[in-house]
Amino acid sequence: MDTALILNFLNTPWVFLIWTTFLKSFILLNLVLGLVSLTVFAERRVSAFIQDRVGPNRVGLPMTLLGGKKDIFLWGLGQMIVDPLKLLLKENFQPGSVNGFYYWLAPKLVMIPPVLVLAVLPFGSSLFGVQMTIADLNVGVLYIFAISSLSVYGITLAGWASNSKFPFLGGIRSSSQMISYELSLGLSVVPIFMICGSLNLNEIVDWQVKNGWLVAPFWPKGFSVDLLLHHPAAVLSTFHAGLSLQRIALWIPLLISFVIFLVSIFAETNRLPFDLPEAEQELVGGYHTEYASMNFALFFLGEYAAMLAGSGAIVSLFLGGWSLPFIPDGSHGALWGLVNILIFFAKVSLLLLFFIWIRWTLPRFRYDQLMKLGWLGFFPIALANIFITALILAYIK
Amino acid sequence: MALIVNRPKLSLAERCYLPSILAGLAITWNHLKRAIFNKGIVTMQYPEEKWDANLPEWYRGAPTLVSDEHGKDRCVACQLCEFICPPRAITIKPMEIPRDDKWSKVEKRPEEFDIDMTRCIYCGLCEEVCPEQAIYLRKDYSITGLSRAEMIHDKETLYKLGGVRTGLVFKWNELK
Repeated sequence: MDTALILNFLNTPWVFLIWTTFLKSFILLNLVLGLVSLTVFAERRVSAFIQDRVGPNRVGLPMTLLGGKKDIFLWGLGQMIVDPLKLLLKENFQPGSVNGFYYWLAPKLVMIPPVLVLAVLPFGSSLFGVQMTIADLNVGVLYIFAISSLSVYGITLAGWASNSKFPFLGGIRSSSQMISYELSLGLSVVPIFMICGSLNLNEIVDWQVKNGWLVAPFWPKGFSVDLLLHHPAAVLSTFHAGLSLQRIALWIPLLISFVIFLVSIFAETNRLPFDLPEAEQELVGGYHTEYASMNFALFFLGEYAAMLAGSGAIVSLFLGGWSLPFIPDGSHGALWGLVNILIFFAKVSLLLLFFIWIRWTLPRFRYDQLMKLGWLGFFPIALANIFITALILAYIK
Repeated sequence: MALIVNRPKLSLAERCYLPSILAGLAITWNHLKRAIFNKGIVTMQYPEEKWDANLPEWYRGAPTLVSDEHGKDRCVACQLCEFICPPRAITIKPMEIPRDDKWSKVEKRPEEFDIDMTRCIYCGLCEEVCPEQAIYLRKDYSITGLSRAEMIHDKETLYKLGGVRTGLVFKWNELK
């Protein structure tokens, strides 16, 4: 075998597709799981700061235990490794009264959907000509809704299989909550499809690269760095070209969509103001009361992975995905491709910080308030929003 | 009697939550900002920062043995503290002071004096019961060890912790 033959084989289209997909999946999964771990640490640290505490600031790398001279101090970042390790090493205790099969199945059902959602998120433009999406699915957004609604099964099963009253209440709450908020979640993105004309997340992001982020109506159309260098006078006209009455009018329904989508993602991921399924004060620990060790960790990491996937969806749908004004895409060189990936994860991280910030600011909703907000607030507004968008698209040019 | 709770009439801004949510976010943001620059943090970083200077006069820490101004052990091994100790943390093995010793008149002293700090409850009854004023509760509270054996304070440790105490001490004066 000579190398030319192997290279030739690797370059045949279907083989190329397979190995790049595997490589992308591997890298993205590790990146995301690392980020999940970091989010757990950030949650503890930011919550501490918000409450005038210090938070975990000690764990570094214990080099003295391994024969080194000095411990490495990392501002507590070692907690990222230590937290999951502790859960991994604990005894995986199963209470005697549970329904074994579903008890073991439930945590996996919580962890898997958010990871699957990552498949369609465009986390970068392109790198060496390879598109930075694992699956360029033309029903991308529908896929996200279909998969993320599966995670309700995990939580409900956990509550039911635990054979204990508090987890059961948590499971019931979560099922009705998630089903209610899926409605407004789905309806709130319909205006985007009407404007972009596509369900493919890649095409939605590309539309935003050309016409400006969906939450920001002012955008220099056709602006580039070349233009700025060679024809500075023409730059003003790009701003003019990007400004249209329709675009400004569309800003209103899109902002409404954005708020509804954001809040519904909070409800979908069971984050505080809406964390009723695990309301500690009422339900002991909620649906995962009877779980320990890695089974519990899967619930825990699943929640954060869902936050991350949700943030990825928000970024792709509303905040321009991997794009930033005046930064070229990956077709201008691998460096820009990497920068685009960085931009995507920076936006996701900022949103995750926002999630954490909200959690330590707002108290929990009462259950009837939650349902009222979902059914009487968001559902009709999202519905009306679709008609407003349609009217604007039809009559304002 | 029926209790009438007056529900305030909420304005539109209050009913759609968002303005008050933003106000709340501003409050937590200010706390976050201050705490990142290490201002306004109330946590005390324990092993590095301690509050020892603020311990009250009557603080009851680890029990210790003291020697007097002549360098003599005050303890005469009467074993009253051993008998009164509620968790039975104290074990004393008395011995007779030899005839040729300078303090042979005292007759008894402890050969071994062990306080098991895993059992001690810091009640101070040993201090109260001691007729010779030999045992005192000091302000040491951080008694740690890597094994049970390390947690047993023997005579030597107790004297080292206790130091020298001179003169007669009345029960409730400031020296205690």
